[in-house]
Amino acid sequence: METYLKISDLHKTFYPHGKPLKVLDGINLEVDKGEIFGIIGFSGAGKSTLARCINRLETSDSGSIELGGTDILKLPKKKLLQERHKIGMIFQNFNLFDSMTVYQNIAYPLQIAGVPKEQIKERVQETAELVGLTEKLKAHPGALSGGQKQRVGIARAIVTKPDFIISDEATSALDPQTTIQILDLLKEINRKYGITILMITHELDAIRYICSRMAVLEEGRITESGQVRDIFENPNSKTGELFAKVFKLLQSAELTHGGGI
Amino acid sequence: MSLLDSSLWDVIKASLDPAIWKELWGPIGETIYMTVVSSLIMLVFGLIIGILLTITNPDGLIPLKTSYTVSGWVINCLRSLPQMIMIILMIPVARLIFGKAYGTNACIIAIAASCIPMYARIVESSLLEIEKGKIEAAQAIGSNNLSIIVRILLPETLPSLIRGFTVSVISVLSMTALAGMFGAGGIGDIAVRYGYQRFQHDRLFACVYILIIMVQLIQGIGNLVSKQILKNRNLI
Ligand SMILES: Nc1ncnc2c1ncn2[C@@H]1O[C@H](COP(=O)(O)OP(=O)(O)OP(=O)(O)O)[C@@H](O)[C@H]1O
Ligand SMILES: [Mg+2]
Repeated sequence: METYLKISDLHKTFYPHGKPLKVLDGINLEVDKGEIFGIIGFSGAGKSTLARCINRLETSDSGSIELGGTDILKLPKKKLLQERHKIGMIFQNFNLFDSMTVYQNIAYPLQIAGVPKEQIKERVQETAELVGLTEKLKAHPGALSGGQKQRVGIARAIVTKPDFIISDEATSALDPQTTIQILDLLKEINRKYGITILMITHELDAIRYICSRMAVLEEGRITESGQVRDIFENPNSKTGELFAKVFKLLQSAELTHGGGI
Repeated sequence: MSLLDSSLWDVIKASLDPAIWKELWGPIGETIYMTVVSSLIMLVFGLIIGILLTITNPDGLIPLKTSYTVSGWVINCLRSLPQMIMIILMIPVARLIFGKAYGTNACIIAIAASCIPMYARIVESSLLEIEKGKIEAAQAIGSNNLSIIVRILLPETLPSLIRGFTVSVISVLSMTALAGMFGAGGIGDIAVRYGYQRFQHDRLFACVYILIIMVQLIQGIGNLVSKQILKNRNLI
C-alpha cells in the first residue's frame, strides 16, 4: 500500500493566558492512499488541532507532514493556497456561506481554483447529483436540514476533486439516521473517486461503520493504531479500553433493544 | 408665532400652515444633500478603516498588533471629541479643500470627518460577528485574504452592516442640524434662526416634524432592507 499522509513527530503547544499547553506531543501517523482512516479521542485530546495542522489552518511547532509526497509545512504561502484545492475539509457545524445559495456554495471552491466558467456549471450539477441535492441548488443553507447542510458541506469539499478529505466530526451534530446517510455518502465518494479520508470523531459507531484502520489520540499522543477490529477487541490504551468497554455495553444494549447506530 | 404669547395648540396649528412649509423645501433639499454626500463619504472611509481594523486585529486575517493598537487609540481619541469641536477643528481643512470655511460643502467635510471614526468602529463590530468557522472554511478551500474579505466577510455580515450604516446615517443627519449653525444651511439652520433667535416656534415645530419623519424613514428603510436580506437567506 502506498502511503498518502505521513505525519512525523508533530508538536504543537498553545499558550492560553501565557501558560504552555502541549496539545500535540509527537504525533506519528501514516494513512494509506484510498483508505478511510479514523482518529478517535475524547474531547480536548487534540483531534481538531491535528486536523487543522494538516492543511495549515494551524501552525505547527515542529515535525513534518507529507501529503501525497508534498511537504506541507515547507510550502510557501502561494503554493499552500494551491495545495489546499487538493484537500477538502468537512466541519461539524458545516460552516456554509449563508449569503450564497447552495449552487454558489458548491461553485465557490471552483471559482477560487480558477476553473473556467463553462466547466463550473457542469461540475456543480454533477456534484449536486452525487450528494442528492439537485432539487435544492437555488435554496440558501438557512432553508436546509442538518443532513442537507452537511451534504452541501461534502459537495463543497469534493467539487474540486481533491485527493484527500479531512472530516472533523462531520456527523456529530446529526441524528442517527442522518449520520448513516452521510457516512454512506462518504463511503461512496471514497470508493468512486478513490479519495483518501481522514475521519476524526468521538463516535465509535461512525468509525466502526466506515473505517478500515484507526488511531487513538490521547492527550496529544497516538496511543495505539491499527485495524479497527483489532483495537475494539484488544485495546492497549486507556482511551481504547474505555471506548471498547462503551462499545460492548452498546452492543449488549443493541441485542436487548434491537437498536442500530 | 411664539409660545411666549400663544397657546401650544395655536402654535401647532400654525406650524402646519402651507406658507411656512413652502419656505422649508429649500432647506430640506440642503439637509438631504448634506446627509447623502456626508454618508457616502463616511461609508467609503468607514468601511475601509473598519475592514483594516478587523483584519489587523490580533485574531484577524493579518494580525498587526502595533498598527491595530495605535489606530484603535487614534480612533478613540477622535471619537471622544464632541461634534461641535470637531466641526471647529475641521474649519481649516475645509478651507484647504474648498477655499472657504463655511457653507454646505465645507460642513460636509466636517460631518464626514466626525462620523467616520464612529462608523469605522460600527463596521468593525459587525465584521467581528462573523462565525470564525466560515473564515476557516474559506481558508481551507484555498481563498486568499482579498477573496475572503470581498466574498465571505462582507456578504456574510451584510445585514448587520446595513443596520450599522442606518444608525450612522441618522447621526449624520443630526450633525447636519448642528452644522446649520456654521452656515451649512438646511433644516438645522432654520430651526436655530427662527426657533431660537426669533422665537418663531411654529417654524421650529415644522423643523422638528421634518427631522422626525426623516429619522423614521431612514430607520424604516434600513430595517426593511436588512430584514429582507435575512429573509432571502432564510435566516429569519
Ligand atoms: N487556539 C487555541 N488557543 C489555545 N488553546 C487551544 C486553541 N485551540 C485549541 N486549544 C486547546 O487545545 C486542546 C485541544 O483542542 P482540540 O480542539 O484539538 O480538541 P478536540 O480533540 O478536537 O476536542 P473536541 O472533541 O471537543 O472537538 C484543548 O484543551 C483546547 O482548549
Ligand atoms: Mg474538535
